[in-house]
Amino acid sequence: MDAIVKKYKINGKAARPINTKITPSKVIIHAILGCWSLLTIFPLIWVVNNSFKERTLILQDSFSLVNPTNFTMDNYITAFSRMNIGGAYVNSLIISCSVVIGVMCFGGLGAYVLARYKFPGRNFIYGALISAVLFPAFATIVPVFMALYKLDLVNKHLGVILPQLAGNLPFAIIILVGFMEAIPLELEEAAVVEGCNPLQIFTKIIVPISKPSFATVAIFTFLWSYNDLFMQMTIIRKNEYLPISALLNKISSQYGTDYGLMNASVALVIIPVLIVYLVLQKYIIKGLTAGAVKG
Amino acid sequence: MIYKDKKIVWIFLLPTVVLVSLFLYLPFLASISNSLYNIPNLAGTNKVFIGINNYKEMLTDPVIMTSVKNTFVMMIYTVVFEVGIAIVLALLVDSVGKMQKFYRTVYFFPVVISATAIGLMFILFYDYNIGLFNQVLAKFGAEPKLWLDEKKALGMLSLPVIWQYIGFYFVIVLTGIAAIPEDIYESAYLEGVTGFQKVRYITLPLIKGVIRTCLILVITGTLKVFDLPWTIAPRGMPNQTTYLLGTYQYKTVYEAARVGYGSTIAVFIVVVGVVISVIVNKLIKQEDM
Repeated sequence: MDAIVKKYKINGKAARPINTKITPSKVIIHAILGCWSLLTIFPLIWVVNNSFKERTLILQDSFSLVNPTNFTMDNYITAFSRMNIGGAYVNSLIISCSVVIGVMCFGGLGAYVLARYKFPGRNFIYGALISAVLFPAFATIVPVFMALYKLDLVNKHLGVILPQLAGNLPFAIIILVGFMEAIPLELEEAAVVEGCNPLQIFTKIIVPISKPSFATVAIFTFLWSYNDLFMQMTIIRKNEYLPISALLNKISSQYGTDYGLMNASVALVIIPVLIVYLVLQKYIIKGLTAGAVKG
Repeated sequence: MIYKDKKIVWIFLLPTVVLVSLFLYLPFLASISNSLYNIPNLAGTNKVFIGINNYKEMLTDPVIMTSVKNTFVMMIYTVVFEVGIAIVLALLVDSVGKMQKFYRTVYFFPVVISATAIGLMFILFYDYNIGLFNQVLAKFGAEPKLWLDEKKALGMLSLPVIWQYIGFYFVIVLTGIAAIPEDIYESAYLEGVTGFQKVRYITLPLIKGVIRTCLILVITGTLKVFDLPWTIAPRGMPNQTTYLLGTYQYKTVYEAARVGYGSTIAVFIVVVGVVISVIVNKLIKQEDM
């Protein structure tokens, strides 16, 4: 078997003949894959559906579809009035957008230098940045918390932004350096002839060409920051500064039996992510696989 | 060469290097040092040097034993089911050719949802009164069950983790399969190799590297699991039986205020992660020989 593999590896690529015939085995496979799709989607539909129901109706039958006669927005109204969901959204947006902008700027500049310059210590710094991906938050959180406490940054947005920024930079560097190294040098050489300085080369050539990889980094950084309960819970303990994941965790411990409110809260956290995902999923999956298979 | 001016290197790199040093490397070193102290509060005052006593305590702490056992059990569940189902789904999707994009989009979606939201969702599924699971049982006329009792709790905590991340490994494996040159399959087809044999002798050996990446990610990921178990079963409920290394570390530091001991657990988590990654790397490499 190995011999065949070796022999054909050298030859040029041939398109696999795609069999368009519908065979029984294909029908079975599609049925299995379809079932798995259902297992993935159904729980979310169940939650959204129940979020529009009264508590008693959920207790009776959580499978029945909502219809105009029993449809209610009460759960959402409670969520916004009693739990300050709106404020939590604002907190989350402030934190996550700052982290994304910071990661793009600092990570972009750093990656550019690492991809293009040869200087003493380059390999050491690059290696140290890549290995930083391995540190779990548990291993760093206590000293970080103490330092933030001394700087009076606990219970402040900046207290979550700084560690999240640092935590996301290594991933950004890996993705961006990988992409920038593959850009051919000719354009930059032409730019130098035109009299551009390195910062201009960066903003006018490197950034526009690297847009897809910046998009991937931005999306993942946003999702990780938005979803990161551990850091949010540790640094922020005051209700008015709680971001959305931390607030959600609070809701579950305080109103665990208010099923309507629970369903509505879950739906409220998932919906923005769902929209981001459907709009940008091309970049999400492409970027993920580029990074994962390479690294 | 155009990139001669080296001054700019340090200006551009400075923010990244400073942030990563201040918030990742220095704290990690500080954690190692803290693990040798008794620190009774989060402000870090009243530190007392106690040498390796924290490590000694860890050896006899019954909850640590539970956490280690639970973490390893969950690791086995995730390796078998997460990576296993992901590989099966990827092989199936690859074999039908059509609708790949649809399956990819659907399967990957849970990955982007916050673990907290998924945790809450599963609390609702497991609920005794209204839960999805008990209502399904009721449809078949069966008695409702207590899903989070001591016997089932760990499995029930692993289920959402597995459900959420299968799509992630599915996409990685599928990409690995797509990278296999088509002519290998073609020649195998001419030699009469089809179906299961094709998978066993061609596809799987050629995606070994990808599978290794997946295994390392799954294992180190399980060591870091926190959000989901903390949401569904905070404080190792029921009866401290479901503590994982991550959740026990959090409880030690933030609820018991035993900062030094918590740092010891953190160091332990990192060491276990590195050791297992090295072992996995060695094992799969040896098979290549």
